[in-house]
Amino acid sequence: MSSHPSVFNAWREQSLDEALAHCREVIEDGDYSPVQRWRESGGKVLGHFQVYFPQEIAHAAGMLPVKLRGAPVELVHADSRFGSYLCAILKSSLDLALSGEVQLDMFVSHPICDAARNLAAIWSRNFDYPCQILYLPQNANSEGTIPYLREEYGRLLSTVEEVSGKKVTEEDLRHSIGLFDRSRALVRELYDLKRSEPWKVAAEDAYCLVAIGGLIPVEEHIALLERVIPELQQRENKKEDRIRVVFEGAFCEQPPLDMIRTIGRSCYVVDDDFLIGLRWFTEAVGTDGDPLLALAEAYIERSSYSPVQHDDRKVKEAMLLERAKAADAEAVILTAAKMCEPGLEEQVAYVLALDESRIPYFLSEFEESMTSFRNLELQVETFAENLLFI
Amino acid sequence: MQDKASIVGRGNKEGASLLRGWFSSLSEAAERGDKAAYVFVMGSMNELLKSFDMLISFPEITSLQMAVRHVAHEYLQEAEDYGYSPDICGYVKSDVALQLRGGQHPMGRIPKPSLSVITNACNTYIKWGEIWERLHKVPCCGLDVPGHRQLGVHSQPGDEQFETDRAFVEVQIKELITTVEGVTGQKFDIDKLRQCMAYTNQMSQSWARLLELNRTTPAVYNALTDGTIFLGVANGFRGTQEGADYFKNLVEEMEYKVANGIGTTTDEKHRISFVGVPCYPIFRRFNEIFSEWGGTFVHSTYLWFASGGTNRGFQYDLDDPIRSLAEGTLLSVRDAMDSMFDQTTILKTAIDDYGLDGVIYHPIKSCRTVSTGLADSRRQLIEDTGIPTLIIESDMMDRRVVSEAQLKNRIDAFFEGLNSRRQQAVVRGS
Repeated sequence: MSSHPSVFNAWREQSLDEALAHCREVIEDGDYSPVQRWRESGGKVLGHFQVYFPQEIAHAAGMLPVKLRGAPVELVHADSRFGSYLCAILKSSLDLALSGEVQLDMFVSHPICDAARNLAAIWSRNFDYPCQILYLPQNANSEGTIPYLREEYGRLLSTVEEVSGKKVTEEDLRHSIGLFDRSRALVRELYDLKRSEPWKVAAEDAYCLVAIGGLIPVEEHIALLERVIPELQQRENKKEDRIRVVFEGAFCEQPPLDMIRTIGRSCYVVDDDFLIGLRWFTEAVGTDGDPLLALAEAYIERSSYSPVQHDDRKVKEAMLLERAKAADAEAVILTAAKMCEPGLEEQVAYVLALDESRIPYFLSEFEESMTSFRNLELQVETFAENLLFI
Repeated sequence: MQDKASIVGRGNKEGASLLRGWFSSLSEAAERGDKAAYVFVMGSMNELLKSFDMLISFPEITSLQMAVRHVAHEYLQEAEDYGYSPDICGYVKSDVALQLRGGQHPMGRIPKPSLSVITNACNTYIKWGEIWERLHKVPCCGLDVPGHRQLGVHSQPGDEQFETDRAFVEVQIKELITTVEGVTGQKFDIDKLRQCMAYTNQMSQSWARLLELNRTTPAVYNALTDGTIFLGVANGFRGTQEGADYFKNLVEEMEYKVANGIGTTTDEKHRISFVGVPCYPIFRRFNEIFSEWGGTFVHSTYLWFASGGTNRGFQYDLDDPIRSLAEGTLLSVRDAMDSMFDQTTILKTAIDDYGLDGVIYHPIKSCRTVSTGLADSRRQLIEDTGIPTLIIESDMMDRRVVSEAQLKNRIDAFFEGLNSRRQQAVVRGS
């Protein structure tokens, strides 16, 4: 059990609606104050850039793993560190760190895309703490991949131990895996509810309940979800005339909460790839055997898909169709973050597959700092009405 | 004894001839309905594929030819009409349009792929390979080459981490051999691989020497313009006798020029380094804007990463070819990655080695691998060394984001500053 005081208490002893409002407030404002509270209580923080990171490794060493997912902030420091043709999340994440809004003891990025793979070097030039790349394999289909990844996790663990000052045992890792397996199971339960009775949980609320897991200790996330999900399930909201959609394209940069809210007004978002890295595993990792090997196996063998992982077995357009089918979706909201090379490239394959399968889709781009949604609302409403009434 | 007329300029002529011949052979193969292996400049696996006598196509090189020949915009538009965003890599889009046109391009025709080899040195390689996988239903062979994990922390052969990474690359190379055997119907011949690797050893040694020779004043070649020809041969003819011979002759030419004090065609007044990927849509003019001021590109990170790290001069151990191929690939591709993500370290050494007066950073819209960190790298280099630098943005393919007038304004101002600095130094000295 963590020896740190709770960092996010506002939801406790509150009604369901108030608890959800507190979660929305933290996520919508790009508020990293829970992280600051953790640090003030003497805890160390490992910031990891999108998409997937084995949070268990940081947790086992007593560090708080924090998902750096940008924020709708006005850039003050980071703009001069980058060129023009780049996605917003890259810049805003660095800006949060340079401004001191997020204070870290270690930073980890991944070779997910051409832009993000530069981050470790850029952060290294700007901060004194270790800034590394975790080389998650891009070739998922080699016999050498899982053994390699296990060793790569071992290498990461060594640095985490140095930073945290704690020697991590296998038992520590198993304990952490058990906790994260529990939180992921709860998130899957939340997504089951989105699919089966989407009128019981607003798209933006489901989003915030997942996103906050990237900011607070897993123990607190479990407590929050264990309290909230049963109450959501028992809600007596009435089903409305809205189309069921899958939202695709938010695997890295996140759409503004207002965009999700806007779409949610005329559609039920029954599945999506929001923050897919926090929901990467499709089933429990398990606490048997070598824990690092278990994490490596789960990453390759029992995981979701995204445009930034190549796996011959995961034909991404087929997996999108499967996601839509499994959620009984009538349409897809197909987006990409502006300037996101992998997302924009994948859009073409998705469009071709959706056309071939005659699944209606709404095509769009977004940026985390967007503030006007009137046109989007009108377009989505028109799209939805076309499907409902024609 | 060689005379000047027969040796000076030989490298450019022979290089152009080799490249024309290569594109002709690709066109002939396409007409016959034969296929080619599609590979990239970082981690091409040329030695292995050529040991199977496979014809090789480098889509990056084909794409840049379209920009140099001023037709890229037609291909870009076609790919955008097909659905690709204006905001993605221009090389990819030109190739998509080429594929939609049955391989037609200004220098001939590219055969359909039999397979592709995609390393993680550039993530767009992976997305590009997926496009061919979908269009042509061919194997897209991933080759993960884990790079350095932290700035300035480099594992070396014998280190535990290096050996883990090397073992991973070796497994993947063995799997690639099995795939290529299946695609070609040929049995792997380790002696042929050895021979191809021996040619690469000669080429790598020459390439490293070539880079070294430009430390002389005046520089004996333009690292941007001449360098691009050299790069074409280095990639297309890696693992071949023609490639090894070409670079042996090129080194001979450059040594002759050094010995006789023969520089480039520019009256060299400022020795500058180029960081990034060239502006191919106005390739000749781009260089002229610099050469008009006596600016000569004596050094370029492009010659490092676009050669796949051949600058290391790595020598394969022919007694243990597969293990050594893995080790060489790991070291060279890592070096190429460092040339993109950590130029500051390289440039700090190059300032003295090459007598640099300035550094030109050229981030481009199309390539985020190379461009993302350039502004920050530049900031660090200025802080550490105080060397004059210039950052200019354009593109390697898309003329819509190339503004010659704006580039010229900024470049002119940069050289005015350099000249003024020099004059002030003279005054202070006197």
